[in-house]
Amino acid sequence: MTDRPDVIVLAGGLSHERDVSQRSGRRVAIALRQAGHTVIESDVNAGVVDLVRSHPGAVVFPLLHGGVGEDGALREVFQLLGVPFVGATASSSRVTFDKSIATPVVAAHGVRTPRQVALPHEIFRELGAAALVDAIGETLGLPVMVKPARSGSALGASKVELIDDLPSAMVSAYAYGSVAVVEEFIEGTEVTVTVLGEGDEAEALPAVEIRPDSGVYDYASRYTAGSTRFVTPAEVPDEVAAACAELALSAYRALGLRDLGRIDIMINSAGEPVFIEGNVAPGMTETSAVPLALSAAGRDLGEVCSALVRGAAARG
Amino acid sequence: MRQSGHVTDDDLTTLPASTPRGGAAAAAGRRQDTRLDNYVDKYADRTHSMQASAVRALFAVANRPEVVSLAGGMPNIADLPLDVVARSMSNLVMTKGAQAMQYGSGQGEPVIREAITEVMALEGIRAHPDDVVVTCGSQQALDLVTRIFCNPGDVVIVEAPSYVGALTTFRSYQVEVVHVAMDDDGLQPDALEAAVASVRAAGKEPKFLYTIPNYNNPSGITQTWERRTELVDLARRLDLLIVEDNPYGLLSLDAEPIPAIRSIEDERVLYLGSFSKTFAPGFRVGWVLAPHAVREKITLAQESATLCPPVFSQLAIAAYLNDHDWQQQIVSFKDMYRARRDALLAALEEYMPEGTSWTHPAGGFFVWVTLPDGLDSQAMLPRAVTARVAYTPGTAFYADGFGSGHMRLSFCYPTPADIREGVRRLAEVMNRELDLQRTFGVHRPARHGIDPGPAPDLA
Repeated sequence: MTDRPDVIVLAGGLSHERDVSQRSGRRVAIALRQAGHTVIESDVNAGVVDLVRSHPGAVVFPLLHGGVGEDGALREVFQLLGVPFVGATASSSRVTFDKSIATPVVAAHGVRTPRQVALPHEIFRELGAAALVDAIGETLGLPVMVKPARSGSALGASKVELIDDLPSAMVSAYAYGSVAVVEEFIEGTEVTVTVLGEGDEAEALPAVEIRPDSGVYDYASRYTAGSTRFVTPAEVPDEVAAACAELALSAYRALGLRDLGRIDIMINSAGEPVFIEGNVAPGMTETSAVPLALSAAGRDLGEVCSALVRGAAARG
Repeated sequence: MRQSGHVTDDDLTTLPASTPRGGAAAAAGRRQDTRLDNYVDKYADRTHSMQASAVRALFAVANRPEVVSLAGGMPNIADLPLDVVARSMSNLVMTKGAQAMQYGSGQGEPVIREAITEVMALEGIRAHPDDVVVTCGSQQALDLVTRIFCNPGDVVIVEAPSYVGALTTFRSYQVEVVHVAMDDDGLQPDALEAAVASVRAAGKEPKFLYTIPNYNNPSGITQTWERRTELVDLARRLDLLIVEDNPYGLLSLDAEPIPAIRSIEDERVLYLGSFSKTFAPGFRVGWVLAPHAVREKITLAQESATLCPPVFSQLAIAAYLNDHDWQQQIVSFKDMYRARRDALLAALEEYMPEGTSWTHPAGGFFVWVTLPDGLDSQAMLPRAVTARVAYTPGTAFYADGFGSGHMRLSFCYPTPADIREGVRRLAEVMNRELDLQRTFGVHRPARHGIDPGPAPDLA
C-alpha cells in the first residue's frame, strides 16, 4: 500500500442532486490533490465498473447525493467487487438514506426524534386521501414538515401551516419518490453535526448553526453563497452543545455510519436536541456545513479526506 | 438589512467572515461566523435576485445521454458544412488575420453590417448598414437597449408568456414587467391598450413593448400580418416604442415568413436579429437595428460594455455568408426542424392525456403545452427527471410566478425518434401525476417564485 493511494472521486450521477454532487466532487478532488493524491474524477455511468477494475489499489470516494449513489446500491457493487471505498457500508446507507427507516431506527436507540408518519402514495389512493390527511393533521398537529423519504438538499420538502395545503405538499414530495414522510415541525435552532470515524472511535466536530436569511433552509438558501449565516460552533449553551454532540454520536452509531457523516438536528424551545436526519454522503460544496465544521475544528479538508482514503485502503 | 461577517455581541473573538482553514485559532475556541461570501453586503440591489435555483439544478441531468431533453433551446447545427466553414475560416486568417484579431468598431464591422441588411431584406426590412449595431448575440442587444432606456422601477410591457432570457435581463436592471395576453394571432391589442392605460394611470410611462412576433419563445405563436399592422397603429396612437425580437423569423416551416413589424414602421421599432439560429450560436453575433439617435447611444453603450463586438466572429460570419449558399443551408435547417416539429406534434397527438392542449407552431423551436387542470409543471419536473425526460416549466416564462399550468417543449435538438420517446415518457409522468391529483383532489397550480429557466448550454 502506498502512502497516498490513488483516488477515484465519483460525482454526478442521474439523481435530482447531480448538480450538488458535481460541486462536492470538485471540491474534494482539489483537496485530495493538494494532499498529494492522484485523483481521477468520474461521473457514474456504464464505465464505472471498468474504471475501478482498471485501477487496482485505487480507493473510491463517492460524493454522490441521492439515488443509487446514496441509497447503498452503488456501495453494494463496490463491496461485491472488493473495491475499497470511503464511507458507510451499503446496508448502513440503505437505512440512513431513507428517512422513513432512519428515524424509527434512531428512535429505537433512545434518540429524540420528531413524531413521524411515513406513507407511500398508494395508500392514499386505496383508503382515500381526505380521511388520511385529516388524521395526519389531528395526530401531528400543525405545522408539519413534508419530505420525500429518499431525497436530499431539501428538494421536495415543504413546511405546511394549514391543513388545506397538505395535499399539494404531499404531491410535491411524491414527485421525488413513492414514499413521503410527514413530521411534526420542530421550532427552534437548526444545527448540523459532522461526525468522523467509526463506532466507539467516532468523534463529533463542533456543531454548525444554520441561519438562513429567508427563514427556510431551502435549495436557494443552501447553494446561494451569502444567503445563509453559518455560526460554528453553534451559539448555544455548553450543555446544549454537548447534548447535540451526544445525540449526533448516538444517531451515527445507531445508523451504522462510518468514516464521515452528518447528523441534522433541531434544538427545540426547551433546549433539547431533536434528530432530523442523517446523511451518508454529506455535501462538500463551497456552501456546505462539513467543510465549515472541519475548519472550526482546525482540520484541513484535504488531510481529513486523505486520512479517510488511507483508512479505506487499509480496510481493503 | 443583510448582516455579514462578524457578530458583535459575541464575547468570543470572531474570525474574518470566510476562513478557508481555521487552523489553530479556530481550534482554540474562537467562533466562526460566515456567510461564505465576504461581499454579501457590498452587492448592488439588482444582484439579490441572482440565486441558486432548484429548478435549474434539476436540469443538470438533462445533458446525460439517458435523458431525452425537450427543455433546452440549443439549435441543431450538426448538419452545418464544416468543411466549407473550415476553408472559409482558414482563408480569413490567411488573408485578413491581422484585422480579424484586432480591435474593431464599437458599432461592428462594415462588412457584416452590410450583410445584415441583406439578411433583413428577406423579411421586408429596408435598412442602411449605418443603422445597424452589432452585438454579442441578440441577447446583448436586449441588454443594451434596456440599459439605455430603463431606470430601476421603470415598466416594460411584455407579451405573456415570453422569452426567459428577456425576463432575466429586465430583472437584472430592476425593471418591472407588465404582462399582456396573447391569443392565436399573437399579442392582443385590446389588452395592450388596457395595460398602457393602467401603467399611465399609476403615474408611470411604459418604456417599450417587448414582443417576439415570429414563433414566440415559448408559445410558438406567430402574430398575423393584420395583428402586426394593428399593433403598429396602436403604438403610433399610444406613443409606444416596440422592441421586436426576431431570432427565429427565417425558420418558417410552413410558408414564407410574414414581413417584420419593422417593415411597417422604422422610427418606432427597435429590431433585434441574430445569426444563432440561421448559422451558429457560438460566434455570438446578433444585432440591433435602430433609428439614428438610439443607435448612437447603443454604440456608446456597446463601447462601455465590450469596446467592440468580437471582430473575428463578425468576419467569420461575413465570410461564411459570402462563401456559402447560406440561404440553401437555411432551407436544409428548415427541412430538419420541420421533421422534428411534426414528430413532436404527432407524438403529442398520440400520447398526451385528455385535457392537454398545445400550440401548432409554424416555425421556430417550441411547442407550448397547456396541462390538464390541476397539474403543476414545476412540481412535476422531478418526476419527469426520474423518468429520464426533461421540459421547461411554464413558470420560467412569466415574470410574476404564474405559468405552472404550462410547459415548453423544444423540438430543435433531439432527433425525431428521441422526441417521440420523450413524449411517451412525459405522458406516463403526467398520467401518474394526474392519478396523484385525483387521489388528493384537484387544486389550482401554485404560484411559484422566480424561475431562471435552463442554462444556454442545455440540450
